[in-house]
Amino acid sequence: MPLRLASESLSGCSGCEIALLNTGVGLLRLLKSIKIVHMPILMDNKYFQGNDAEAELEIPEAEIGLLSGAVRNEEQLRIAEKMRQRCGSIVAFGTCASYGGIPALANLFEDADLFRRYYRTAEATDAAGNPAEVVPPFLERTFALDEVIRVDVFLPGCPPHPDGIAHLLDTLASGKKPDPELQSVCDSCPTRREGKGSVQRIRRFIRNARFQPDKPPADMRCLLEQGFLCMGPVTLAGCSGRSGGMPRCIEARVPCKGCYGPVRPGGNQLFDILNALASNGIDTKNLPDRLAVLRYSGAHRRLVRTVNKPA
Amino acid sequence: MSEKKAEAAPAGSSARRITIQPVTRIEGHARIGITLDDNGEVADARVHIMSMRGFEKFIEGRAAEEVPGIVTRICGICPWQHHLASNKAVDGCFGAEVPLAGRLLRELTQVLAHISDKVLHFFFLSGPDFLTDSPDVSTRSIMGIIQSNPELAESIVRARYRGQLMLERFAGRSIHPEAIVPGGFSKPMGRRERDEMIANAQEQLQFAKFALDFAKERIFSKFDAALMGLGEITTGFLGMVSPKDCSLTFSDGILRLMRPDGSFHEFSSREYTDFIGEHVEPWSYAKFPYARGWGDGFSMDLADPRGIYRTNCLARLNVADSIPSPLAQAELLEFRSLFGRPAQSTMLYHWARLIELLYACERVLQLLEDPEIIGQPVRNDVIPRAGRGVGCVEAPRGTLIHDYSTDENGCITRANLIVGTTHNLAPINMSVNSAARSLIHAGRVNEEVLNRLEMAVRAYDP
Repeated sequence: MPLRLASESLSGCSGCEIALLNTGVGLLRLLKSIKIVHMPILMDNKYFQGNDAEAELEIPEAEIGLLSGAVRNEEQLRIAEKMRQRCGSIVAFGTCASYGGIPALANLFEDADLFRRYYRTAEATDAAGNPAEVVPPFLERTFALDEVIRVDVFLPGCPPHPDGIAHLLDTLASGKKPDPELQSVCDSCPTRREGKGSVQRIRRFIRNARFQPDKPPADMRCLLEQGFLCMGPVTLAGCSGRSGGMPRCIEARVPCKGCYGPVRPGGNQLFDILNALASNGIDTKNLPDRLAVLRYSGAHRRLVRTVNKPA
Repeated sequence: MSEKKAEAAPAGSSARRITIQPVTRIEGHARIGITLDDNGEVADARVHIMSMRGFEKFIEGRAAEEVPGIVTRICGICPWQHHLASNKAVDGCFGAEVPLAGRLLRELTQVLAHISDKVLHFFFLSGPDFLTDSPDVSTRSIMGIIQSNPELAESIVRARYRGQLMLERFAGRSIHPEAIVPGGFSKPMGRRERDEMIANAQEQLQFAKFALDFAKERIFSKFDAALMGLGEITTGFLGMVSPKDCSLTFSDGILRLMRPDGSFHEFSSREYTDFIGEHVEPWSYAKFPYARGWGDGFSMDLADPRGIYRTNCLARLNVADSIPSPLAQAELLEFRSLFGRPAQSTMLYHWARLIELLYACERVLQLLEDPEIIGQPVRNDVIPRAGRGVGCVEAPRGTLIHDYSTDENGCITRANLIVGTTHNLAPINMSVNSAARSLIHAGRVNEEVLNRLEMAVRAYDP
């Protein structure tokens, strides 16, 4: 009997679902042990019996519930709660569901400011009131999934690497306990580290890293040691996949931005990286926008509204 | 389940609402709401966009060079287009010039991303409407195709996988890239990487040829009058063309806004506010761009539409004078001989999409065969400063505009985005309205009719 899987996307971009499709032939194999019973991007299940929006929102029963995206409005909250009722195990699928992700950057601003900008002051927009018919009202801020429902498994990543998705689903389908990643991105990074002392200050990524174009990244010096803000030390590993790849951003020769969230679920990527840099005597004054270090993990009250942000 | 449900009872004496939610096999969160009058005829039909995140606001204050790695999250299906448009806007703010090799690599990754999107949309999202016969929701999906035609399914899945690996091996990430940077690209392309990519690109081209032949034989040949008329509306079109010869281009060019009669204006993306306005409706979070430049205002009234134009593949093929690659150009000529210019039938989006797929594969090979693509430098250093930049590309769903201003420290002070899909929101509403009015009478609906309404949405790949 294949396991049933229900999947929903809340305040997000569908990138996690596309990453699931990117498992390629692995997808064909997975579909032998897993039956998708609900997934709006791929199949036609509807919420309302009789096409009546007054009816209760329904989602079919499933052993596994994948939920991607943060929770931003009342409808998304209802969907999350219904998924919790209907699914055996809830997976916080991706970084938005796990830590708020990019949508939680909105927690830096009042909704009123956001609406004023979008509906009244944006170039080219004919100013109007906020939409309020049919569309679901916003919640007071953007939440990670475990702030609103109980979560059984976290699979962060923006998006999670297809290998990690396939591995988790295989693990669940075979009735085993998930074995979450515990290492940092640095642990899976091949670049060359020479040691402390050579970097005095962090610089912005306004010029490329130094590397030999025809050489593998193992010959490139650690990007943090080159003075760039690389989030590798404080970010969970996983983006390199499970077949000997390297961190995805390092493949592109750019610093890690931290998209898998903190190494340990309760960690704070901003404190952790500032501490790590300070303990190595590295000056971070040049960083123009420190809060953005939390761009992937701003839920759980880490990013909060600042009244007229300081200059 | 495969037994169709009995038709819903005709409306009684009171008005009735029909809600289709979620609109499925699309990216994003939409609801179709139909209101029937006392006689069960369609009084109104609307497509509501049910969420918004507010990128325009929350990128304020961010260091501009970081923003191209943030706005990718607007869309997990077309992150590369947001990535490039954003980088072009930051280039403008910082006054950066991009070296030739950097420009070629930017276009290459852009066009590669178009390939994956088109395969995804045609086969995974819309394909089940044409390739599975059953109205049963459990088989009208890519899973249904995998069961009924495993060989086809495998070649589709492999083509997508190959496209993803081409981006990933060279540029690190296929979803939510970081490889395009203000001033250029993050790394040059090696000879070996290039050669490997050429081999893969040739396979993609074979797949594109197969896809178009297959679709013509199995799908487009069955476009009868009912399908050709499904959601048909008459509109203008917007798309990018090359400044050299007004041919099709995805990443650099001028914008051409065509009226329904085929006459057009051309403008640079920096002038967008003179030509495009955005209208707000109280029942949808997304705004409705319209052709402000026509001076007629905005209306989605089927009998008297105002300011309505469409984007995405059909629009691009309508506005471009030609396609700068031989196989796709031959297809364009055939398409035009069959449907004229501008072609208006909404279902023709599918056909146009596969012609663009062919172009994208040919274009990738053209770019890889240009010896400059393995050249250096790929990036010029940039200097954060105060400025304004408008970055524009053709995303799969349409013309994408990122407009930023920065302060002297190079942080964003103001951002405005017009996202591909939104251009088509007014046309999508009109297409659904038109389809609903022709398919729903005396209050009778069934699942097949409701799916037809969704097909009118899906054609646009919203």
